[in-house]
Amino acid sequence: MKAVYEKPKSLTDVVTHYCPGCTHGVAHRLVAEVIDDLKLEDRAVGIASVGCSVFAYDYFEVDFQQAAHGRAPAVATGIKRVHPDSVVFTYQGDGDLASIGAAEIVHAAMRGENITVVFINNAIYGMTGGQMAPTTLVGQKASTSPAGRDPDHSGSPIRVCEMLSTLPGVAYLARVSCHDARGIMSAKRSIGKAFQTQLDGEGFALVEILSNCPTNWGMSPVESLEWVKEHMVRYYPLGEFCTPGEGE
Amino acid sequence: MSDLQLFKGNEAVGEAAVRAGCRHFFGYPITPQNELPEYMSWRLPEVGGVFLQAESEVAAINMVYGAGGAGAKAMTSSSSPGISLKQEGISFLAGAEIPGVIVNMVRGGPGLGGIQPAQSDYFQATRGGGHGDYRTVVLGPASLQELVDMTYEAFQIADRYRNPVMVVGDGVMGQMMEPVVFPDMAEVTDPPDWATTGKRGRDNFNLINSLYLDPEELWEHNRKLNDKYRQMTEKEVRWETRATDDADFAFVAYGTTARIVQKAVEQMREDGHAVGLVRPQTLWPFPQEPFDELSDRVDGFRTVEMSLGQMVEDVRLAVQGRVPVQFYGTTGGVMPDYRDIISAMEEMMRKVGGRR
Amino acid sequence: MHQEVLMAGFGGQGIMLMGQMLAYAGMKEDKYVSWMPSYGPEQRGGTANCGVVLSDEPVGSPVVTEPTLCVVMNRPSLMKFRDAVQKDGYLFINSSLVDDSVQRDDIEVFSISVTDEADAMGNTRVANMIMLGAVSTVTGVVPFERLKAVLSEVLPPARHSLIPINEQALELGRELVQD
Repeated sequence: MKAVYEKPKSLTDVVTHYCPGCTHGVAHRLVAEVIDDLKLEDRAVGIASVGCSVFAYDYFEVDFQQAAHGRAPAVATGIKRVHPDSVVFTYQGDGDLASIGAAEIVHAAMRGENITVVFINNAIYGMTGGQMAPTTLVGQKASTSPAGRDPDHSGSPIRVCEMLSTLPGVAYLARVSCHDARGIMSAKRSIGKAFQTQLDGEGFALVEILSNCPTNWGMSPVESLEWVKEHMVRYYPLGEFCTPGEGE
Repeated sequence: MSDLQLFKGNEAVGEAAVRAGCRHFFGYPITPQNELPEYMSWRLPEVGGVFLQAESEVAAINMVYGAGGAGAKAMTSSSSPGISLKQEGISFLAGAEIPGVIVNMVRGGPGLGGIQPAQSDYFQATRGGGHGDYRTVVLGPASLQELVDMTYEAFQIADRYRNPVMVVGDGVMGQMMEPVVFPDMAEVTDPPDWATTGKRGRDNFNLINSLYLDPEELWEHNRKLNDKYRQMTEKEVRWETRATDDADFAFVAYGTTARIVQKAVEQMREDGHAVGLVRPQTLWPFPQEPFDELSDRVDGFRTVEMSLGQMVEDVRLAVQGRVPVQFYGTTGGVMPDYRDIISAMEEMMRKVGGRR
Repeated sequence: MHQEVLMAGFGGQGIMLMGQMLAYAGMKEDKYVSWMPSYGPEQRGGTANCGVVLSDEPVGSPVVTEPTLCVVMNRPSLMKFRDAVQKDGYLFINSSLVDDSVQRDDIEVFSISVTDEADAMGNTRVANMIMLGAVSTVTGVVPFERLKAVLSEVLPPARHSLIPINEQALELGRELVQD
């Protein structure tokens, strides 16, 4: 029999802890497929952040470091500066990257640190139970914004790609979405480009993946994907913001 | 001795680290340790290393975490307020068992405090500073030669136990110049087999991690760490005694303060007083042995610090009430005067009196 | 031999370099030495000072508060340190910038107009070396020839073109106190 669909070699044989319907699993698989496709399993070093993806180190068949909350880009910097021939990537959520780790991501990007960042934006703190994130949409309810995010009180959500796109050190920036098959295909292409950017020594690369959180959004998986499409994509437009060679 | 070089303390730390095989330094500016990152910024590229100025002390210690976890001898330095910011990372280094060297050229606190020398970070350095049940070996040099030797050794101790090591100086140590002799250049070694280098043909993947959600596993992890701390207590403790053989009273002091106390001891000896000095060289582990030995022979200890009384608590724990322990201290920038130290001891001698 | 030297003046007068020359020369003479600067906001144009200890014994405190040998290059430094000089100690005053007299008969006071002399040489910045030449000649804290010899080791290579004028300044300082 011919196998037409397999688990990527770079994923371990471990059942993940993610909630049913969560797109973290999809994103993990895409990253693992890219590691396989580019034959990076012997060179890749991942950095797991704090949040739902804290256990990412259990799911990838490559070297990993677990980092303090928000510090993954600094940890990645340390690793990459020791082993420039390694392929170093962080896997971070929105609370980790856009809130507590805002300084670290901005400065890794500013330095043009030759690393790849996989950024999961699901507009909420998942692991801690659904609190408001810096990316929570205006009006979106969260356990610390029970009446919905009020921009007069909490400001408006941060668009990470647009913010980082002003920095000359950034080589590749894309925002993709996992809410449908087409989006997933596009996400894989962008993740591939983000790793290739590092292999080519072009500088900092980040892919923002719009994701769902059925558990904390209080929706079914299907409803939550619909919500990504209807609400998140509207505020967070998809596309490439920066590609190698353009800019400085 | 032709190898003698006149070096500024901060720069001497840098050169000693390079000699020890350190090739990665991550720092952030703060007075009075700036000459160290400045030195590394030109010295490390000379030997094929990397200096990087981080966006914050928090980022710098986490870069050490990444680099150390990747198998490099990595280092960061700061002064008191910056060391407070590094505590998160130091706890993670200890938890994930990553070697690394942290230098603190202590200045006055709390808050911004001042920029002048102080010893008021003793609690922070020896009690962990960050969260969790962990320990770091804390070295407290009193001369620039000792600063050089201890910096060099700090990397070896860090590697031996896969644990962060702190070198605690102060503004005086950082800023002063003294003649020093540097050790020979150590060979830069390959990353250890646990490091995250990428698998490079390994069957298993390496993991650097401090998360153990299962309470039993966490207990097991902490037991393992604790075994290391016990070994450090047994093998890494260091101290020096001066003129204690026939002493009736002894001073206890470390670092720069010990130098000043030494002058007080010499003066008091000339005046016919039998006083000596116990100088802890490791602040953690704290030396118990000299206090066991001396508590039967001396009539009291006088601890002198550039703080309002921190190490004195360890002295009291070590003396265990066998003889009186008193304290004399000054704070950030006010160097204790040897005459005031003498007066303090004379007062203690009068009040406590001799037992014999 | 035990000397505690305090040197003080404005930032930019080469106070730190004077002290480092002394420490370096002392080290070459097999003495125990230390050099300790004041640091902080004062280095931005205010008063600066450094302490140098030279001794046959290991140096205790590197911080000099009561010098056996004191050099003041400006008036604020004189005000600050003239009473701190130990009995039988030396006080050297840059009389170009300080016109006060010192009412102490338990110390030896030397007033030398080193800034004027340096200006006459065409480089006001070598006033420190003129003073150092005088200090060495009067006190013997380090041998004069040793001071000259360490210039090339203390000055960074980029400033080695200045060695001749610094040597001349040291020699002028010696002549001024030999007269």
